[in-house]
Amino acid sequence: MDAQTVIAKRIAQELRAGMLVNLGIGIPTRVANFVPPGIHVYFQSENGLIGTGPIPEEAMTQPRLTDAGGRPVTAVPGAVAFDSAFSFGLIRGGHVDMTVLGGLQVDERGLLANWMIPGKMVPGMGGAMDLATGAKRVVVAMQHSAKGKAKIVRQCSLPLTSSRPIDLVVTELAVLAQVDGHLELLETAPGVTVAQVLAATEAKLEVPAAVPTMRIE
Amino acid sequence: MQTTTVEEAVSRIPDGASLMVGGFMGVGTPERLMDELVRQGKRNLAVIANDTAMPGVGIGKLVSAGLLRKAITSHIGLNPETQKKMLAGEIEVDLVPQGTLIERIRSAGYGLGGVLTPTGVGTVVEEGKRKLEVDGREYLLETALHADFALVQAFLSDYFGNLTYVLTARNFNPVIAMAGKTVIADAEHVVPVGMISPDHIITPAAIVDYLVRT
Repeated sequence: MDAQTVIAKRIAQELRAGMLVNLGIGIPTRVANFVPPGIHVYFQSENGLIGTGPIPEEAMTQPRLTDAGGRPVTAVPGAVAFDSAFSFGLIRGGHVDMTVLGGLQVDERGLLANWMIPGKMVPGMGGAMDLATGAKRVVVAMQHSAKGKAKIVRQCSLPLTSSRPIDLVVTELAVLAQVDGHLELLETAPGVTVAQVLAATEAKLEVPAAVPTMRIE
Repeated sequence: MQTTTVEEAVSRIPDGASLMVGGFMGVGTPERLMDELVRQGKRNLAVIANDTAMPGVGIGKLVSAGLLRKAITSHIGLNPETQKKMLAGEIEVDLVPQGTLIERIRSAGYGLGGVLTPTGVGTVVEEGKRKLEVDGREYLLETALHADFALVQAFLSDYFGNLTYVLTARNFNPVIAMAGKTVIADAEHVVPVGMISPDHIITPAAIVDYLVRT
């Protein structure tokens, strides 16, 4: 199983019936493919919809129905459309139960940097700062390291997305939770040892005596 | 409300004007007005919008044609031309979190001086802004954002100019319709008065100045 699938499947286990969930672009989008059977989850797209469905076939796209990346999407029965002020009211107002965001760096206090690399990539923050600040639960989906460089670091060197710490980080190697301003190792991926996770992590992690393995099918 | 041609509507926009433009990555952007702005060769425009779309789409057309001096926006990541012109100093780009941008626009339209938002506290976004503590939590004071014109794309308009929108093409449109000093709307379809239920009209004709004839 590739890294992205491991991450998406593990995060999908955090979904609960009736949750309002916002998925960011990239790996987070893939979480929607693995909703546990038998539960209904409301997916929000911050450009103005609750009830986004699968990507339509090419000839079946509706030009006025797109996701937050501007790509064609579908709406499930019961979907609701609204304007951007309402959409961000849902986000900042704490109505979004969980957001899944990509990450460039997470530091050992749980602070996230995910919107720019000065001098290299300045796309703008879009909705990321509102989501990281306002959602009830913030989950980061990212590869554990980039080109051999740790992404889970002592202190973010990149500009922060929010001063509010994230709740959970899921990588292809591990699940980490932010608890009282520290990162705790919750699970390791199948076939990955605690030592391997620690070697790929720059941040100081709290490691319990027994660390269970992610259950991914 | 007056009906007008696309040429007349755009001729009312002077060089140097500030424009709020509806749309999210081009979805819900009044394309006919974008094309006409380019055709009439307007100069030094300031655009307030969610994003600058892509080259050849929506606001991307204004960027490519060199019409903009400034963009106040949340995202330019899908338009490499905006990024290039920003780095070359040809366009001043003010990046604003999306939820803050729409609230600053809403504030202008609703007669508020601004809003207090937790978004951006402790990040580069707070630089130069007033921070206030309310009930033990820190907020940034984000001020109202006004514009000379709002360029709105609707789905249906009736002959009065009452507007509805469709799906994710709604986005910034009804909010900018409240905030622009002059509101120019285009609609995909124009229908007789009474065809749209009062409960379904989102933007009342009373705040629309010009409706572009189809």
